[in-house]
Amino acid sequence: MPQVSFEHIVKRFGGVTVLDGLDLAVEDGDFLVLLGPSGCGKTTLLNLLAGLLDVTSGRIMIGDRDVTELDPKDRGLAMVFQSYALYPTKTVEGNLRFGLSARKLPKSEADARVQWASDLLQLTPLMRRKPSELSGGQRQRVAIGRALVKHADVLLFDEPLSNLDAKLRTEMRLEIKKLHDTLKPTVVYVTHDQIEAMTMATKIAIMNGGEIQQFGTPDEVYENPQNLFVAGFIGSPAMNLTDGRFAVHDGAPNAVFPDGTRIDLSAYPFKSSPKDGDAIAVGMRPEHFELDAPGALPGHTAFDLRVRMVERTGSDALISLDFADDQLFVRAEPDRAAKTRAGETVPVHYPTAKLNLFDAREGRRL
Amino acid sequence: MTDATVMYPRKPKRIKGRSIAIIVFLTMAAMFFCVPLYVLIVTSFKEMDQIREGAMFSLPTTWTLEAWHFAWFEACSGLSCSGLKTGFWNSVVILIPSLIASIALSMVTGYALALWDVKWAGPFLFILFLCAFVPFQIIMYPLIRLTVTMGIYGSITAIAFVHTVLAMPVLTLIFRNFYKDIPPELIKAAIMDSGSFWRIFVEIILPMSGNILIVVLILQITSIWNDYLIGVTFGGLGTKPMTVHLANMVTVSTGTVSYNVNMAAALLTAIPPLVIYFVLGKFFVQGIAAGAIKG
Ligand SMILES: Nc1ncnc2c1ncn2[C@@H]1O[C@H](COP(=O)(O)OP(=O)(O)OP(=O)(O)O)[C@@H](O)[C@H]1O
Ligand SMILES: [Mg+2]
Repeated sequence: MPQVSFEHIVKRFGGVTVLDGLDLAVEDGDFLVLLGPSGCGKTTLLNLLAGLLDVTSGRIMIGDRDVTELDPKDRGLAMVFQSYALYPTKTVEGNLRFGLSARKLPKSEADARVQWASDLLQLTPLMRRKPSELSGGQRQRVAIGRALVKHADVLLFDEPLSNLDAKLRTEMRLEIKKLHDTLKPTVVYVTHDQIEAMTMATKIAIMNGGEIQQFGTPDEVYENPQNLFVAGFIGSPAMNLTDGRFAVHDGAPNAVFPDGTRIDLSAYPFKSSPKDGDAIAVGMRPEHFELDAPGALPGHTAFDLRVRMVERTGSDALISLDFADDQLFVRAEPDRAAKTRAGETVPVHYPTAKLNLFDAREGRRL
Repeated sequence: MTDATVMYPRKPKRIKGRSIAIIVFLTMAAMFFCVPLYVLIVTSFKEMDQIREGAMFSLPTTWTLEAWHFAWFEACSGLSCSGLKTGFWNSVVILIPSLIASIALSMVTGYALALWDVKWAGPFLFILFLCAFVPFQIIMYPLIRLTVTMGIYGSITAIAFVHTVLAMPVLTLIFRNFYKDIPPELIKAAIMDSGSFWRIFVEIILPMSGNILIVVLILQITSIWNDYLIGVTFGGLGTKPMTVHLANMVTVSTGTVSYNVNMAAALLTAIPPLVIYFVLGKFFVQGIAAGAIKG
């Protein structure tokens, strides 16, 4: 049974439609990450679920309860905010307790929960402090603790890590992941950090323009982007997308680029077959390229391409190559990149089955 | 902190022409207040015989509290000669309920307007804004009619009621603007945690309001204590505040003017707001300086 489901949600602010008939279901115990560019409506969706905003139309279910009209407090949710939103005049303990006292729990039960959360998140030495006396990471842990003590069925996170520095963010990411693995709550997590999405999610929903572009496991979304937007959005460095045309040569499907370069698509698993002459976009992931293959590889397309530039990023390197009036980025080992000079020509291979073809007009995957 | 001061002692700055001009100006400004104050104070401790000799600025030859005593216990205001103390207690009795009522009401209204979805909040704020600029004289007559109809005209209740009504617009706007700066996520968190209007107010918002409360407290105490017009208009025979007693005493005295008693009475009337400034002044400056709600 889906734990949370959005049924045809429409949300307008005045005349602006932010969400337009959105459907989404989260299974029990899932870690759903809502990923999308700024302003696409992620926070709005989360606030609708939390009851902090009212839907214009549509229905929100949690378990088998229709919560569309319920007050935030009664929805059985807890939320962690980007700015932590701790109560500044309360101690850490006071922050944890506020939500419990409002629920009129017996004292012993409240004590036990606060104790449990403070042990779990190592807050015990901080219990008497005020939020202003805590570091960013500690504040975030208190914010998470404040959500956990409520024993909510569903935990909501709105970009909880974006105010932390890189190192702390990695640590907290693991901590949240670990919490999810042990406690197994249903989580809805908003971010625009892809690494967070890919590492923590069991399901990703990619949003753009108030619509779900694709919903699936991180691998599905990464390997099988359903449209051009998802293809361009997921992956860092981004997928190479080159415009071309679909053409049939000697009975075999081909992608033809403006400069005449051609890729034989016989080995590509088409979902739907385009017509001769259709405009298409060809997507190639930087990390799927094979450099320096000895001779021809079966199932691969081979190119000889001129090096434009070599960029080292530390653990990785990116080589940019001239390709069809455009450029391709190829991931390479740092050692390999160090040997590469701008201007030289290198042989590269790309596995045809791992190509991503899109209808250039509609953006749909082919 | 202290280390830094030890290591890098500040060089005493040389006084430049501009600073001298500023100092001269400030001194003159201070004199405007200090000279009359000085005269007020020394005169209140003099005997009438010495005052008659003139020499305003001389110190009292014999220091005496007689004038103070007389002003407090015996001076006549109108027909009653029971001193300023009657007026003082009237003022206190007016001050306390109007203070509590005006602050409590405007605080809650400001909180609701700033942090909750209130229908028609925009128009309501606009009206409040307009009301804040309506001079008291314009609504004086309607208010008199109103208090007469309510059957409280001429009582201390009427004065307190009018003070409360008149303070509401400005105070509500002050509180509303203060609460508007509370981060929206904080109130969202509180709504998800508790959802109760009053609980959130009492447990989260009130403790964050210290600074603004001090500011409003000083503002209100001073304006209510120093008020004359409302007291004269709405007070009855025995219910007039201290300022009205003072004015009667100073203006309507038969025979020789007892300058020392008048001065003592003026000082007595001014003492309560002064005390408030001394006690709360430090916080007042902090409160104005900081819109400080930091997580
Ligand atoms: N109260 C509001 N009134 C009017 N428009 C709003 C309101 N809240 C949000 N919007 C609009 O709705 C759209 C979605 O906002 P939302 O905050 O959900 O974006 P987001 O996906 O969370 O973006 P970000 O990643 O920057 O946080 C934006 O275009 C925003 O301008
Ligand atoms: Mg957002």
